Amino acid sequence: MTRSRPFPLPAPPQARPPFRSSALLTGRADRRSILMALSSLAALALPIGQRPGQAETAARGASPHPFVDEIAPGVYAHRGEIAVASQQNAGDHANLGFIVGRDAVAVVDTGGSAKVGAHLHEAVRAVTDLPIRYVINTHMHPDHVLGNASFEAEGTTFVGHHKIARGLAARAERYLAVYEQDLGPEAFAGTKVVIPTQLIEAPTTLDLGGREIVLTPHPTAHTDNDLTVRDSQTGTMFLGDLVFAEHIPTIDGSILGWMVVLDTLAAEPAERVVPGHGPASMAWPDAAKPIRRYLGVITDEIRKMIADNRTLSEATQSVGHSEKDAWELFDAYHGRNVSAAFAELEWE
Amino acid sequence: MIQGPQNKSRFRFSRLAALAASALIASGALHGASAADEDIWPALEKDIFGARTVTEDTSAVTLDAPYRADDAALVPLTVRIPAHVSEHVKKLTLVIDQNPAPVVGDFTFGPAAGSGERVIETRVRVDMYSNVRAIVETDDGRLLMATKFVKAAGGCSAPALKDTDAALADAGRMQIRHLAGEAAAAATATGQRMGQVMIRHPQYSGLQLNQATGYYIPAKFLRSIDISRDGERVFRVEGGISLSEDPNIRFTYASGADDTIEVTAEDTDGRTFTGRAEPKGS
Repeated sequence: MTRSRPFPLPAPPQARPPFRSSALLTGRADRRSILMALSSLAALALPIGQRPGQAETAARGASPHPFVDEIAPGVYAHRGEIAVASQQNAGDHANLGFIVGRDAVAVVDTGGSAKVGAHLHEAVRAVTDLPIRYVINTHMHPDHVLGNASFEAEGTTFVGHHKIARGLAARAERYLAVYEQDLGPEAFAGTKVVIPTQLIEAPTTLDLGGREIVLTPHPTAHTDNDLTVRDSQTGTMFLGDLVFAEHIPTIDGSILGWMVVLDTLAAEPAERVVPGHGPASMAWPDAAKPIRRYLGVITDEIRKMIADNRTLSEATQSVGHSEKDAWELFDAYHGRNVSAAFAELEWE
Repeated sequence: MIQGPQNKSRFRFSRLAALAASALIASGALHGASAADEDIWPALEKDIFGARTVTEDTSAVTLDAPYRADDAALVPLTVRIPAHVSEHVKKLTLVIDQNPAPVVGDFTFGPAAGSGERVIETRVRVDMYSNVRAIVETDDGRLLMATKFVKAAGGCSAPALKDTDAALADAGRMQIRHLAGEAAAAATATGQRMGQVMIRHPQYSGLQLNQATGYYIPAKFLRSIDISRDGERVFRVEGGISLSEDPNIRFTYASGADDTIEVTAEDTDGRTFTGRAEPKGS
């Protein structure tokens, strides 16, 4: 992976750091088993009700690879930039992660280019030599799936919501064209669409060896193919773009459906969550509050405008401006959100 | 999915258009700057109107469109034809120069279109930075035009369907509204009424590639929408793929005895959808 030109992503380490706690996972099976047992004990020792959010991330800090934080024992997450795709960020603008079991690894989302995927792959290899059995896509959007190509290997299965195959297939050509233009030829090199083949229609448990992760497909919300991943051992949920933090939400499904799914998820306890954008680890259900407020505000304001026979263009000029200072990239996406929400809500 | 020879040729055409669109995307014209620099209007004008001359005249027609669209697949357009012109206008054509199928639709007005200020408001797809035009044809054969430049990209080739299953299950569902209050005040002041027709339809453009099958999703869209008031035509619109998913039209009409609005729409599969609505309280 040597490059002739500076690249904004952290460079892979020359060698694996020796004897960090997680680095032990890269050792032989007996050492792994011992460590997993210790990790489980450590998790059990956490006081009930403690919400290890960002503070824990900072405290843990020690990661065998700068691309990821170990946000819980055996659970790693990468914070993507809060930005649109650019040559500078090479498509690294969504949160990604992976979960390490006794026998195998599951990767959750792969970034917006083969290069970002390759960095995540290097991070996995800095932690463990175990096979990557699953690559899970939380939904079809390019910033989450265009790194898939870097994980294609014998024995690796790509997994997603049962509607992701149709959604991604229909958009693949366009996603590639847009990302090629936005990233430029070098950052885009090697990027292609890999469509998941294991399609999830009902909550499904995958076993990584002594570690079960539960995949839950949701009704139409952010998109029509949102999937969440829960690590049972640590109570960590990867939410994909069902939760945005800092980055303004983008509506590509149903605003009404999204609020329902958020309310359902918020009732489900979790020790921490990984949002699709924002901090790599957040407290739950607090992380859902700002986005739920945003969706609620624009729904209420649009409903009022529709009741007053106001038009789509009037709505895009006035709705939701109280939210302007609460989000990054507001100008890039808010108008489109109002358009989409208006077109949906006028059919109520 | 496709039946009949007529549809087959349409599909072939769509596929060609799609390939042309892909080529433009590949050549870096995705955001349209280079394509819009080239003035293709003279050629289009000839294709659409033959030897007749189209004259820019904003005293006869005005067009409102966002300079930068929030959503390229859902760009709101408002056409206004002032009262002194409207009674002489028999036809309105909307054109988006750079779209794969530039003619959005032809609106042919009937007696119930009325004679006050005439307003047509709808939503269109804009595939790349383009001039958007509203051209009215008067009963003495003049063609008068208003033009706006719109910055948008990808409106035709992007799959706009946010929930494919819901969109397909609902196709043909209709809402017809008699608008009241402030939104219709300007129309009411000139003795007109304002209505809104919304029809659920995916409006497949034929430009959307299914990567899994390698085939473009065949075009499937509303070919025509007829709107009448108390049995008299307000207008008939013959449209194409540039009308947004779930076509949505607000329009003025002359007040009648009952103000019952009836709508008949037909799509490219030959399916017919109808709706009828009386004003609330009647």
